[in-house]
Amino acid sequence: MSDWQPSALQLERTAYRRSRARRSTAIAGISSVVLVVLVAVAVGSTPGWPRVRETFFNVHRGWEALPVVAQGLWLNVRVMLICAVLIVILGMTLAIMRTLRGPIFFPLRVFAAAYTDVFRGLPLLLVIFLLGFGVPALQLRGLPNQAVIWGGAALVLTYSSYVAEVFRAGIESVHPSQRAAARSLGLSYRQTLRFVVLPQAVRRVLPPLLNDFVSLQKDSGLIAVLGVIDAIRAAQLETAVDFNFTPYVVAGLLFVALTIPLTRLTDWVARRQGWYGGGGGVV
Amino acid sequence: MSLLSIREVRKTFGANVVLDRFSLEVEAGECVVLIGASGSGKSTLLRCVNLLETVDDGVIELDGRDITDPRIDADRVRSGIGIVFQAYNLFPHLSVLDNVTLAPIRVHGVPRDVARARGLEMLDRVGLAAKASSRPDDLSGGQQQRAAIARALVNSPKLMLLDEVTSALDPELVGEVLDLLRELKTDGMTMLLCTHEMAFAQDVADQICFLDAGRLLESGPPSQVLQNPTQPRTQEFLRRIRL
Repeated sequence: MSDWQPSALQLERTAYRRSRARRSTAIAGISSVVLVVLVAVAVGSTPGWPRVRETFFNVHRGWEALPVVAQGLWLNVRVMLICAVLIVILGMTLAIMRTLRGPIFFPLRVFAAAYTDVFRGLPLLLVIFLLGFGVPALQLRGLPNQAVIWGGAALVLTYSSYVAEVFRAGIESVHPSQRAAARSLGLSYRQTLRFVVLPQAVRRVLPPLLNDFVSLQKDSGLIAVLGVIDAIRAAQLETAVDFNFTPYVVAGLLFVALTIPLTRLTDWVARRQGWYGGGGGVV
Repeated sequence: MSLLSIREVRKTFGANVVLDRFSLEVEAGECVVLIGASGSGKSTLLRCVNLLETVDDGVIELDGRDITDPRIDADRVRSGIGIVFQAYNLFPHLSVLDNVTLAPIRVHGVPRDVARARGLEMLDRVGLAAKASSRPDDLSGGQQQRAAIARALVNSPKLMLLDEVTSALDPELVGEVLDLLRELKTDGMTMLLCTHEMAFAQDVADQICFLDAGRLLESGPPSQVLQNPTQPRTQEFLRRIRL
């Protein structure tokens, strides 16, 4: 350690920065409180508010519905986790297929391109209906006919087309000089992809990838249309008892509670990427 | 017989003729320095020798074997040639030591511990043993370039290609890289390099080649090409860079 003592000038700067920081915090706090009060007053003064509060924000009704809805949510979580693994595998496979070179891989490239074109274009709900009602209707033996499996399959098919494009963007973002360096050392095309390109590509696309999984978490609720009792469907059943919509709000809050940790994780990963090039600084 | 024999090589990018009937012989243990303006084809020549580019015509022989034959195993040929790039091209996701040991482990099937020992030895040789576990981005430019040289050397190449390896370095760091190259030359490594460091070229080259618009305009020992160039274009180039 050196015997450095901050100069008077530096002390003055530090004090100034601290006072600015305090001022910013105060302004942020005041503006937030003002906004919340304004919104509360505006909504609370509408003529229909008492009724809306009773129908959507009934605390007692919400508490009652919580266990059932939470049980439904557990299904969402399992569907989401299993689908996420399959999506990463299928998405990566498709992305690699699209970047393969050489005439022998032509059919694979075309297949991967067609696949992403089709499944990114088709509305997810339609794919869920097609698989969930269509495939069991074929009455093929040996195929499972649980709605949850086909709903999950629809999620995997649709999401892997998005994830494939994310991976492909990552693969193509690795500078050609990295490939040149790897090939110059004698690494084959496959080895270059495996040890040089993919590790860099995956690190770069982690934030958008996690973003897709936040989205998947919510869309796992869509399999409710097949009659699977997930959080949304459980809320719907609860609602049918007395036409109080609070269970839906409960389901919504639970989804948000589930998504927030993943969103924070995404932010954290994105920030940590600082190690990769571009090093920090104040701007 | 020469270690490297380049005969009548032609390379174009679209309508741009980058190498035009280019011929050059490099003997084993020799250091050949390519000089010339930017765009004269120096880097492209090195990339052709390393098979990172495919020639449009002509023959390149290494150890008497035609490496421009499309039937040869390009990965094998490349693993016998070391190349160092102007921008280092280290792998940013790997530590310095892992950069060096990647090819021995994955291409040559050297056991991991043997490769690491040899990698550390190489890093020690370029003066970077203390930085073995650092990431390339945490090194200075000169250190990164020395790491890149260690990475190329660990394959025990027959030939080293060096593409303006000091161009991205500040003058103080240039020295440490050039000293390393001088040592390599003393050890008998065959080198084909391009540079703008004329003093270094003068010092280390057995043969200097002046390239202009993809052609070999003039070549010979440094005393001849640098001191008494015969071609007006060479004289003009040397006069300009000495200003």
